[in-house]
Amino acid sequence: MARIFAYIGHRNGIVDDSAMELFAVARKIDPAASPTALVTGWGASLDTICDALRTTFPEVWKIASENLAYPNAELIRKALMKVLPPGSIVLVPHDHFGIDLAPGLSIKLNEAFVSDILDVTERSGTAMTVVRQEFGGQVSAHVRCDHSSGAVITVRPGAFKPSSSAPLAGVVVDKSSEVGPLAAGRRYLQTVVAEAGEVDITKHNVLVSIGRGIQEKDNVGIAQELADVLGAAVSCSRPVVDAKWLEKSRQVGSSGKTVKPKVYLACGISGAFQHLAGIKGNPFIIAINKNPKAPIFQVADIGIVDDILEFLPEMTNKIREMQSVSAK
Amino acid sequence: MKILVCMKQVPQKDAPLKLNESGTWIREDLSYEVNEPDAYALEEALRQKEKHSGEVVVITSGPARASQVLREALAKGADRAIHLEDNAFVGLDAFNTARAFSDAIKDEKFDLIFTGLQSDDYGYAQTGVILAELLGWPHATIIMQIEKQDGGIRVKRELEAGYFQYVDMPLPAVLTIQSGINKLRYATLIGIKQAKNKPMRKVTMAEIQSALGENLQKIERLYIPQKTKKTEMIEGSPAEIAKKLTEKLRNEVRVL
Repeated sequence: MARIFAYIGHRNGIVDDSAMELFAVARKIDPAASPTALVTGWGASLDTICDALRTTFPEVWKIASENLAYPNAELIRKALMKVLPPGSIVLVPHDHFGIDLAPGLSIKLNEAFVSDILDVTERSGTAMTVVRQEFGGQVSAHVRCDHSSGAVITVRPGAFKPSSSAPLAGVVVDKSSEVGPLAAGRRYLQTVVAEAGEVDITKHNVLVSIGRGIQEKDNVGIAQELADVLGAAVSCSRPVVDAKWLEKSRQVGSSGKTVKPKVYLACGISGAFQHLAGIKGNPFIIAINKNPKAPIFQVADIGIVDDILEFLPEMTNKIREMQSVSAK
Repeated sequence: MKILVCMKQVPQKDAPLKLNESGTWIREDLSYEVNEPDAYALEEALRQKEKHSGEVVVITSGPARASQVLREALAKGADRAIHLEDNAFVGLDAFNTARAFSDAIKDEKFDLIFTGLQSDDYGYAQTGVILAELLGWPHATIIMQIEKQDGGIRVKRELEAGYFQYVDMPLPAVLTIQSGINKLRYATLIGIKQAKNKPMRKVTMAEIQSALGENLQKIERLYIPQKTKKTEMIEGSPAEIAKKLTEKLRNEVRVL
């Protein structure tokens, strides 16, 4: 069986949550695997990271270079190419960094590339079957992958249960001298955070969240009226921000905000995994969507197949009626 | 600037999908549209051309129906199109699609190549990045802003949780464009008329076959995912559903 590596991300001296998940993937591919952690960076924080990782991974390969102090996939790819043995299986999280790093790495290593896997169901000799989601989560796919000359695999964050095993006393192997000087066309400048909006959607117990189904900017008011009678805030999925109907600070999802409301009304939202990744704390989910096959219904407590443009005003009226009756 | 935009035709977003009898692919009797991030990539290319002059070329691979995506792009302002036309292009993995594109453009000199960040069907997010590697060009993914500078470009990448990253790059380069980078335009009537006279080059499978390798991944089986949660479906007229849901919100969920 090929040797398995896991590329471990880190920020501000803290190991990314994906580390334990990638370890679990390695064990799923090969129950006897002793996966090796790959870490790149610079300075004292890199040693802290390596120390933390060797309680999980029997071997941690450290690549230290001043050039690698900031994440630059182009440089890291060149560094990894110099140390990875031929035929390796390399696991990378499917996040903004992984999708920048991994496809090119597979070409450089002349290996198969498998993107965004959720599970591994079968492995025999030089092939394995992985589970992916396609068509925005409407369909799952079993994909057969030939890894006879190795494979680079990106793994969906949160899809694999992190492994928990007794702490190891792994070793850190310094591979820095094998890498040599690195140069790239691309130059990292800075990381910035998006502006805060006037409404903090993370502070609300009830969210009326709108998606593509709201159809145009003028319809956002329909959701706001419902939110008003519910004492809720209006949040949204990505397409609403893309269309500039609401500001970025209202977006729930992996590239937006993570929210933990008690009740989440998903209105005209299809339920792509990037959106669901931003909903935590197991809220009561009410999904309203015209498409009965929308993936949002897979996670909903209550499902309503309807056009939100008709349903939301109806809902607002009903609540107003009820409130005026109670007031009397 | 001479810009190539790679585009893909995908099933319409809210089209309920059905699987074929053998469960190996979706039934193709449905409506198609342009992959959304690719539409933003085209828009960005048109805007860059309007600012810095140059040429916008669009390319796709797929059966005859896929040319609709190219015709729409020409109507919006692209200058010419390249269609790798064959049913067999649908079954290629991303590596082979990138090989096919790179072979089809080998006689051209682009400053920039744009792809959408990912496709709404497979969602691999890799064709553009692999293309960059095949060409030996630098690349950056998830792009939300592009600014031309002396000797290159400055781009803004979208990270997780509302963070962004700025990166400087030389040209030529490949960028994968994220939805929302700009505001999409509609094709004008004049544009639609003019599109009919714009060049559309057809490339057959036979012409680029020698550039392709073995497909390293193959879909064995598709299935509709199992539900993990028990969902109560409320049915009826909008008014009836609203009444039931209001009662639930008051008596069971207790938020009213």
